[in-house]
Parts: sequence; structure tokens; C-alpha cells
Amino acid sequence: MAENGIRIEGLSKRYGSGDRAVDALKSVDMHVEPGEVIGLIGPSGSGKSTLLKCLGAVIEPTAGQMVLGGKTIFDDGWKVGDLRSLRRDHMGFVFQAPYLIPFLDVTDNVALPSMLAGTPNKEARRLATTLLEALDVAHRADAMPSQLSGGEQQRVAIARGLVNQPPVILADEPTAPLDSERALAVIRILNDMARRFETAIIVVTHDEKIIPTFKRIYHIRDGVTYEEEGEGRGFE
Amino acid sequence: MISLAGRDILHTWGKFVFTGAGLGLLIGVTLTMAGVYRGMVEDARVLLDNSRADLWVVQKDTLGPYAESSSLYDDIWRGIRGMPGVACAANVTYLTMQVRQGDRDVRAMVTGIAPGAAGTPGWPPYLVSGRQITRGHYEAVADIATGFKLGDRLQIRRNHYAVVGLTRRMVSSNGDPMVFVSLKDAQEAQFLKDNDAILQQRRRTAENPSWNRSSDPSVLDGAIASLGNNPYVNAVLVQVRPGNSPDDVASAIRKWKRLTVYTRSQMEGILVGKLIATSAKQIGMFLVILSVVSAAIVAFIIYTLTLGKIREIAVLKLIGTRNRTIASMVLQQSMALGAIGFVVGKITATFAAPYFPKYVLLEPMDSARGLVVVLFICLLSSTVAIRAALKVDPAEAIGG
Repeated sequence: MAENGIRIEGLSKRYGSGDRAVDALKSVDMHVEPGEVIGLIGPSGSGKSTLLKCLGAVIEPTAGQMVLGGKTIFDDGWKVGDLRSLRRDHMGFVFQAPYLIPFLDVTDNVALPSMLAGTPNKEARRLATTLLEALDVAHRADAMPSQLSGGEQQRVAIARGLVNQPPVILADEPTAPLDSERALAVIRILNDMARRFETAIIVVTHDEKIIPTFKRIYHIRDGVTYEEEGEGRGFE
Repeated sequence: MISLAGRDILHTWGKFVFTGAGLGLLIGVTLTMAGVYRGMVEDARVLLDNSRADLWVVQKDTLGPYAESSSLYDDIWRGIRGMPGVACAANVTYLTMQVRQGDRDVRAMVTGIAPGAAGTPGWPPYLVSGRQITRGHYEAVADIATGFKLGDRLQIRRNHYAVVGLTRRMVSSNGDPMVFVSLKDAQEAQFLKDNDAILQQRRRTAENPSWNRSSDPSVLDGAIASLGNNPYVNAVLVQVRPGNSPDDVASAIRKWKRLTVYTRSQMEGILVGKLIATSAKQIGMFLVILSVVSAAIVAFIIYTLTLGKIREIAVLKLIGTRNRTIASMVLQQSMALGAIGFVVGKITATFAAPYFPKYVLLEPMDSARGLVVVLFICLLSSTVAIRAALKVDPAEAIGG
């Protein structure tokens, strides 16, 4: 059982009530080990985004249990009062579009979550620079997001998600805007980072190019998940 | 922690500066309007200061000579001059009219001053060039705001005057520049009629049996002679001897001469409280409207700028930015916009003020108050945008 990754049991989410109630998630079970990258795959309207929002402590599940790093954060109600701090310190986010802050340069974009956590600016920038070097974008450290290519932006976004060394990273369609080569490069980076920082990474995708790269895949349809062994191609 | 607002402003400085400049023009108009009001008050004070009077003796039960018409016989000053505590008394007339010079005419307050010398109440206290009036007729001293020059020939009614001296900041309470002439000339100008009117007036007098008596033809001659004579002035300006209370001297004149007397503070109250009160209210309304418009514009701009950053705000919230940090970012941007607007407005008002036809007085304290009001308006206006920013759901950063 993953005590340092993330585990959910019987997680449900119902929107609305009475005749208009919609069950977006129906008793979902999932676990991701530290250092593991798993895929979450499903068609539009299957409940992927709802699950991601629940995992990201953005919306409250209706029922179930969620354990992060061995600590129960939801058990038929939030067990952590400060969800903002929970997201800041224990979760990283990578989005379909990089959503970098356009008025901050690359270094500060990456360093921002660390600064928000109270790390002195200098130290936060040093951490950011280390990550940018690891992701091979250190040479664009002083550039503004608008000056970067799509692939560079996505690598910067991954660095931002990692800067606080969270136990979990939630990646929502991180390769959607990229071509095959760059998409695989991003997945390679996520795998490297997962191993390096012992981070559990959940990648929501329906990008056929990258699905074969996952060792484990959760399929979701009509709010119900089932687990499947993946091919893990290229990352043995 | 880095300043998110500062970085955003630096990133889009062009947009900020241009928006701030637009707002600044509006603030400049607001500051100028306040300056116009201050200028009116200052003009009123200057008028009183330059008259060098401690007391204004006017027709009984009038607010003359500036706020209402007032007529006194021109020999009353002698009796006033002899009263205890009076150092000096001098007649004065005021008539606002168009003064012509060549092809142009200038609206001016023609002031008739009693014979005397510089220092006599009513006389211009100083000249910037030329000399004071020395002859009894057809000489004038003009304020430089009239645009007249030494040696120019002016026409008041049908008489011509030579400009012998120029003075500065001698204006009426309406801001019209003053032209000084001798009292006799001014009295004549006030009642001077054209030849046809004089003939008509003489004919009407001659046809009145009360004046045209066959038993005594000299009555008609006397009546006609009196028609061309104006024995009235608008006020007597009084200087009080040192050591005497203006209030006591004023009381004595009221009691023994049965005239209305105003002290300096009372006259200032009339000018500021009555004469320019309506204009002040008008300007006050403009200021309120301009403030509301400024607030609406700042609110709209900040709201629009904030709506343009909804996705960034959602990301910031998702990665753990405090609400107060986001609110502070919006507030700082609003304040920065206000500060840019105020600087532009202050510069605009300062450079535009001299080009206004009337005196515009931009007082530092008004500017300080203006800055506080601008920042308060920005604070108030930012609440709408802050509300919108705080309502942004971090889930918006996650697709679906």
C-alpha cells in the first residue's frame, strides 16, 4: 500500500441533487506509488477532470477517502483545514497549456511556488535554476514565457510543478499541444523527475502517442475506474 | 516574495502608462476646476487687498459696491473723513464694461479713483511700468492682463484715454482686469449719454410743466443743467487710524451717517459667500461628477485588466497563492494607475493653468487632497475587481 504516494478509496462525487443529481465519480479506487508515473485515460465527460479536481483538493468529493503521503486528507469531509497550503506544499500541477505567468521570467515562474511557501527569493531562484538545468532549459532562465517554444514552456511548467518537491504531481493533458517527439520527451522528463524526486505522477491524457509509455493505466468511464497494466514502452 | 503587481506593471508598462495618462487628463481637469475656484477666491481677496481699505461705506441696506449697485453722494466722504478713528477716506466708482482699443475691446472693470497719490484708498498699490495718474482727465492705468501697453489709446464711452501706467494682478472679483481713471472721468462715463439721448431728455424736461414755468424760466435751465451732472460714487473707502478698531469706527459711521459699512472680513464674506457662491457650487458639482466619472473609469479599467488575467489568477490560486496576495496585486495596480494618473494630471494642470483667461490657483494642499481622493477612489474602485479576482475558482486552471 502506498503510504508515501497517493491513495483513494471509494471516492465519489455527485453534482446537484434529487432528480437532477449527476454522479461524476462512483466509488473510485486508485493508488500511485512514489516514483511512479501512471496514466488516467477516458473519453470526454467520463469524469477525468472531476477526479483530477478532487485529487488536487480543488473540489470536495461527496464521499470516500483520500490519503496523501500517509496522511488522510479526506474521509467524508476535509481533514486538512488549509487546502491552499496543502496544494502549495504537497502537490504540483502541470496543465494542458503551460499557463505560465506571463509577467514573470522563466526563473521566477519556476521559483514562485517556492517563494509562496516562504522560501527566501534567492534560495527559491537557486532551486529553480537547478530544476531548469535538469530539464535542459537553463539557457532560457531570463526569458519571458512569450519568448519560449511550446516544448520549452511545458518543461518550465514541469519545473514549476516540481520546485516544492511535492509527493504528487497532477498533469492534465501535458502533451496535448506537442508533436510526437516533444510529447515523448515530456513523458521521459516526467519519468526522470518521478524517479529522481520520488514523486507520484498522475497523467491525464487521451494522447495515443504516449499511452504505451505508461506501466500502469487507469481507465475511467462514466465515473468508474478500472486498472490495466500498461506497456511501459521506452522506460523499462 | 516578489511584487506580482510590480512585475505585471513592468511587463505591460505601455498599457499602464497610456491608461494612466488618459486618466491623468481627467484628473488634470478636476485639479484645474479646483484651481479655478481657488482663483476666484484669490481674485476676491486681491481686490480687497489692493483697495487698501479697512472699511467700505456703501448705500444703506445694500451689499455694494461689488455684489450690488450702490450710490452715495460724492461729498459724503468729507463727513466720514472727519469722524474719530478715520485716517483717510476716498470716493471710488466701479463699472464693468467693454473698453475699446483700436479694433478690439476688452472686458474690464473701470475704476474711478479720487485725486491723491499712491497709497490713497482705491489707487493701484504698485505699477510694473509707467506712472500713476497725475492729470485730472483722460489718463488711465491698466492691468497688464488687458493686453494694453504704455502709450496705447483707449476708448471709454466716447472719450479717449492714454495708458500712462501698467499694473499687475489688479482684477475684479469676476477676474476682469481693472482700468483706473480719474473719479470725474469715471462718474461721467457711468452716466454719459449720446447726443440724441441728451436732446431727447432735454425735450422731455422742457415739456414738463413742473420744470418749464413761464413765471420762472430759470427753473428749466437749472433742471437741464443738473441732468448732465453725476454727483454719485459707488462707495467710500476708509482707512482706519492705527490703534483704532475697524469695528468701532464702522459702528460710528453707521450710527451717525446712516450708511451701511462693511469691515474687511464682512466684505470678504460677501464676495466669497455670496458673489462667487453660485460659481463655487457649480464647480463643486463638476468636481463631484468628475470624481464619480474617474472612479467609474478606474473601476472599469482595473476590472477589465483583472478579467484579462482570470486564468493566471486561477493558476496562482491553484499553486497556493493567498487571497490577500491576489487582492494586494489588484489593489497595487489600481493605486499605481491612480498615481500615474495623478502625476500626469498635476503636470497637465500646472502647464495648462497659465493659458486660462481667468486666474487658476493650484494650491499644494489642494494637490495633496487631490492625491488622497484619487488614491481613495482607486481603493474603492479596486474592490469590484478584487471581488472578481477572489471569486475565481482555482479549478478553472484545470481543464474540463
